[in-house]
Amino acid sequence: MSTQLLTIEDVAVELPTPRGNLRAVDHVDLSLGAGRTLGIVGESGCGKTMLSRAILQLLPKKAKLSGRVMFDGQDLVRLAPASLRRLRARDLAVVFQDPMTSLNPVLTIGTQLMETIQEHLELDAPAARKRSIELLAAVGIPAPEQRLAQYPHQCSGGMRQRIAIAIALSCEPKLLIADEPTTALDVTIQAQILDLLAREQRRRHMAMIIITHDLGVVAGRADEVAVMYAGRVVERAPTQALFKRMHMPYTEALLAAIPKLETAPHTPLPAISGRPPDPTRPLRGCSFAPRCRYAAGACREAKPELKSAEMPDHLYACFHPIQMAEGIGA
Amino acid sequence: MLNFVARRLLGMLPVLLAVSLLTFLIASLLPGDLAFVILGDQATPENVAALRHDMGLDQPLWWRYLSWLGHVLQGDLGRSFRTGQTVLQAVSERIPVSLELMLMAEFIGLLIGVPLAIACAARAGGAFDRFMTGSAFAMLSMPSFLLAILLIYLFAVELHWLPATGYVPFTEEPLANLRFFVLPALTLALAEWPGIMRVLRSDMIATLQEDYIALAKAKGLKPSRILFVHALKPSSLTLVTVTGINIGRLLGGTLIVESIFALPGIGRLLVGAIYTRDLVILQGVVLLVACGFVIVNFIVDMLYAVLDPRIRHGHA
Repeated sequence: MSTQLLTIEDVAVELPTPRGNLRAVDHVDLSLGAGRTLGIVGESGCGKTMLSRAILQLLPKKAKLSGRVMFDGQDLVRLAPASLRRLRARDLAVVFQDPMTSLNPVLTIGTQLMETIQEHLELDAPAARKRSIELLAAVGIPAPEQRLAQYPHQCSGGMRQRIAIAIALSCEPKLLIADEPTTALDVTIQAQILDLLAREQRRRHMAMIIITHDLGVVAGRADEVAVMYAGRVVERAPTQALFKRMHMPYTEALLAAIPKLETAPHTPLPAISGRPPDPTRPLRGCSFAPRCRYAAGACREAKPELKSAEMPDHLYACFHPIQMAEGIGA
Repeated sequence: MLNFVARRLLGMLPVLLAVSLLTFLIASLLPGDLAFVILGDQATPENVAALRHDMGLDQPLWWRYLSWLGHVLQGDLGRSFRTGQTVLQAVSERIPVSLELMLMAEFIGLLIGVPLAIACAARAGGAFDRFMTGSAFAMLSMPSFLLAILLIYLFAVELHWLPATGYVPFTEEPLANLRFFVLPALTLALAEWPGIMRVLRSDMIATLQEDYIALAKAKGLKPSRILFVHALKPSSLTLVTVTGINIGRLLGGTLIVESIFALPGIGRLLVGAIYTRDLVILQGVVLLVACGFVIVNFIVDMLYAVLDPRIRHGHA
């Protein structure tokens, strides 16, 4: 994979808080090829949303961003605002977590779709309208023509997320970042939205980053998965390799925390005990050590590097990796 | 939408009824008998009793209220016993002055306050924002009579650009009329814009944190479109409320400004009525002004619905 669409190098995000600087993203490297899917997984507060905002250049004003976000040969961090604006929607689009708050309540759906199209594509109003109707139909909205005149509050949550996806797809982006696109939705709608995203991705040959706290969401959909904990990527591998043998105890614990159909009713879920470390007071050792059942002395003294052992594309940051070939590890 | 308008109109009825009752009570419960006021200190008890009977003052209070309300509903608000003018005549002479002053003052106030609020919110916490917030505080703490005197000194005495005092009706000399209104309207506007700016600024700052603004940025829209289309409209509800209250207040006349600039508006009519104990005029003017307030609030409610479709559809 020599020609990557997106390469994140050494990206760190710091947020000033009254209790000191909060390191939300701690020197992350990632890359993604055109048309491929990357899943970023981690619990709330692990920095996955901040990482996505860092890629999108939508961090809060006070946040300090360092590192490079190379997208299509350009460093987005250092790109002039006007060039960045032209690149948005046309190359780089986003679907946010909560469709209840991500659409403007006082503008019609038609306005919110057409303004994006007319800003970036050279289309007049009737053509933009026609394209909006096609987009709404493509994301599975019945009677799209009537929807254009409606406001977001007149649509259900699933419907709104479909509209948000239609907006994101409107200018044929090369990369779509979906930040927990199904978390705020009913369970019955979640699969529909994920399938819709996967279908449109294939059809448009678009790269996608799916951010989620649910390993199950990325299982069948991502080519590669990066697991984040306390601002760092702690394990990264092609999806199949990761699910076959995960090395990082945190990944194992995340997977164990998903309810399974085959377990008997009323069995307690093996939740991860404790809480993530305070991001304003970084630990000297591995961030997961206080909650890790394999942790030993070295884990509390030094930070494990993200490196590969058996397979070159399977990286993990752990001194005591699990499920390694015979003899190694705990 | 029609349903919404009908509901709001029905809601106004009890308010108007309460307003009429209170204004009636103002005049009736004030110490001193109206008959004594009219006849003066030379009146004999017989004269007073006769006049009280003529005016219906010997009837019970509730009966007097109902008969007064009956007249009001037929458009008869009474007649001044001092000048012989009806209330409607007196008010219709004065209201154009107060209305014009109010419109100009609000227009100038919004013209100053709204762009400043947007500019401050766009770079909240920046140098310009801090400077304007400080200036707004300074302006708020300046009383209007001081502003009026400073403006007269600068524009009338020193620069000779505008007349200091006076009034001609718009229908007679439109241009001169407008020139007479500039300074009083500016005096009021200078007191209005800080409030307008502060309210809109803080609402805009809150709106700019919303997800839909982040999405608007992610869509690559122009910054001006994000500010004026995506942020301004959802941020204007409090602004509309404040403007409505300002308009209602200015409708009742502005005594100090009208006095300084010698404008024959409602404020001076009202104060004149109080000094001469012209209770009929007082009662009528207060009632009309209160009704004006209720109507302005009704219009504000309608504007909410225009601004926010969720209110229009009864979701919020």
